[in-house]
Amino acid sequence: MTKTYLLFLTAALIAAPAAAQGAQDLGAPVGEDGPVETIAVEGDDADGPLRGTVTDESAWSDIGIAIPAFATDRDRPTPANADGTEALGREVARVITANLRNNGLFKPVGPDSLPQPAFPQITAPAFGNWSGRGAEMLVHGYVRARDDGRLVVGCYLYDVALQNELVREGWVVGPADWRRAAHKCSDLIFARLTGESPFFDSRIAYIAETGPKDRRVKRLAVMDSDGANHRFLTLGSATALTPRYSPDYSKILYLSYVDGNPRIYVYDIGSGKQTLVTENRNPTIAPRWSPDGQSILYSMAVAGNTDIYRVPATGGQSVRLTNNPGIDVGGSYSPDGRKIVFESDRSGSQQCYVMDADGSNQKRISFFGGRCATPEWSPRGDQIAFTRIAGDFNVAVMNTSGGSIRVLTRGWQDEAPTWAPNGRIIQFFRTEKNTGRSGIWQVDLTGQNERRLPTPVDASDPAWGPIRP
Amino acid sequence: MNTKIATILLLASATTLAACAKKAPEQLPPPPPATVQPTPQPTPQVQPTGPQVGSQDHFAAAVGSATTIYFDTDRYNVDSQDAAALQAQAQYFARYPQISFTIQGHADERGTREYNLALGERRANAAKNFLVSLGVDPGRIAVVSYGKERPVALGSNEGAWAQNRRAASVIIT
Repeated sequence: MTKTYLLFLTAALIAAPAAAQGAQDLGAPVGEDGPVETIAVEGDDADGPLRGTVTDESAWSDIGIAIPAFATDRDRPTPANADGTEALGREVARVITANLRNNGLFKPVGPDSLPQPAFPQITAPAFGNWSGRGAEMLVHGYVRARDDGRLVVGCYLYDVALQNELVREGWVVGPADWRRAAHKCSDLIFARLTGESPFFDSRIAYIAETGPKDRRVKRLAVMDSDGANHRFLTLGSATALTPRYSPDYSKILYLSYVDGNPRIYVYDIGSGKQTLVTENRNPTIAPRWSPDGQSILYSMAVAGNTDIYRVPATGGQSVRLTNNPGIDVGGSYSPDGRKIVFESDRSGSQQCYVMDADGSNQKRISFFGGRCATPEWSPRGDQIAFTRIAGDFNVAVMNTSGGSIRVLTRGWQDEAPTWAPNGRIIQFFRTEKNTGRSGIWQVDLTGQNERRLPTPVDASDPAWGPIRP
Repeated sequence: MNTKIATILLLASATTLAACAKKAPEQLPPPPPATVQPTPQPTPQVQPTGPQVGSQDHFAAAVGSATTIYFDTDRYNVDSQDAAALQAQAQYFARYPQISFTIQGHADERGTREYNLALGERRANAAKNFLVSLGVDPGRIAVVSYGKERPVALGSNEGAWAQNRRAASVIIT
């Protein structure tokens, strides 16, 4: 408590001179979260046999996974839950159940319709009872409050038929970060059962929108991948747009009109302070990080013509990557950092192009008849998501040569795809005809599992960050 | 001078009526009293009522709907109708050399956000360059793009989009 107060006071002292220099639209800093420590947890033996990776997703959607409440060794008070660690154990199981259900691959059954295992059963499940319920997979876990207030969360996945432990892991988290342990456990289960990389323990930066269509208030906001831990970072007096989390989550790039012109700022999450990406009188838009976080791409209009530039994240000399009378904008690095996909209307309409990271070898890749906008390279490297404009606006994916296009969504105006850290799911924003109201949606690569993310107000410009350490 | 403006306005409104569907069905502002009065006012500062010089109202009263020009989808060229409007603006700014102004570039909602920011920038600069070619000092002209973030027409139809693809000159007060 004292610490928070001190932090707040320091921030206020630092912010004072900055506020005197110019307009400000920043809220109080939210600060960075505490670390999550991975620990060994008890079990009866080493890892069980791997069940293989998913090739046909339909086979997995019927898998019954039982996720009863996590047990506790001793019901103790914790700041994480007003009713103590036993109630917290139930909440953890609920979060895991919602994660696995919302992403379409599994049919989990949660703690509210299952018996609660006792603490000793976490490492020695009553397999007979669970197979009788038709569960093929069983998730067990526990929550233990340590004397220093931190929480130990253990997570176990069992194959009920084989009566075998598939995987287990444990984490030590601060009470405020208890949901992260639930996300880590979800990731452990997801990765083990699908052979895919994890993605639940990640965050999303986006733009929160309120107000009528001609006087829309647009604020920078962040949330966990499931919509929890929502925070507004700006106050709304200046329009904020197009955020991007840095790969280490310490900063957010975004566009703000705080000085009256569209300019990119680097917002430092820990200190709550921000700086211009480049000291320049020209408008700067469309900020992007390189995969290693060392460089920033931005687009700058000079005398009306927009081109793409790169600048070191620590500041310094900008390098111009495109030099063309058309609009060149955006840019998304391949995961190895060697190539950039971007959009340009140099051919007469918005199309997607690929160039080397130094700007050489610029080559158009989209030739499907419509327009190609907001390309985003998959974190797996093999696909590019984009806004496909052909009448309506849809989210689509193509390979890195522009071939094998698959349209994933069918909204009136779906735009600005962003990839989950594992490259399996895409978020985007959907705008309603006439009202202009917008929301964040997500869809998996099959196009089958589409859902709207819960946000406190309307939302746009989602930017999914990487898996958290 | 006033007759000239009136002639241009007449021409401009004639072109508006004749314009094809791509053009914005402009919402007509209140009738400009300063120019429709047959009596010339060589000394506007003695006018007892009416908008003050240096205000947006005064500018709008003088040039009418010519404060704003409109563009085709994804285009930023100044066509003959836009040229007539910008000529009316240039005459106004020649008459009031103390006035500075911002050209706000906009796009309709049927474009992606970042592209539209770049497009609005391009449109505002096209208007600026035209005014500079007519003798307006570039130092008096600021430019800002709002992309698709600030529509004036709220529907999702061709008519509304045509009104939103615009570059609007706004007096800096």
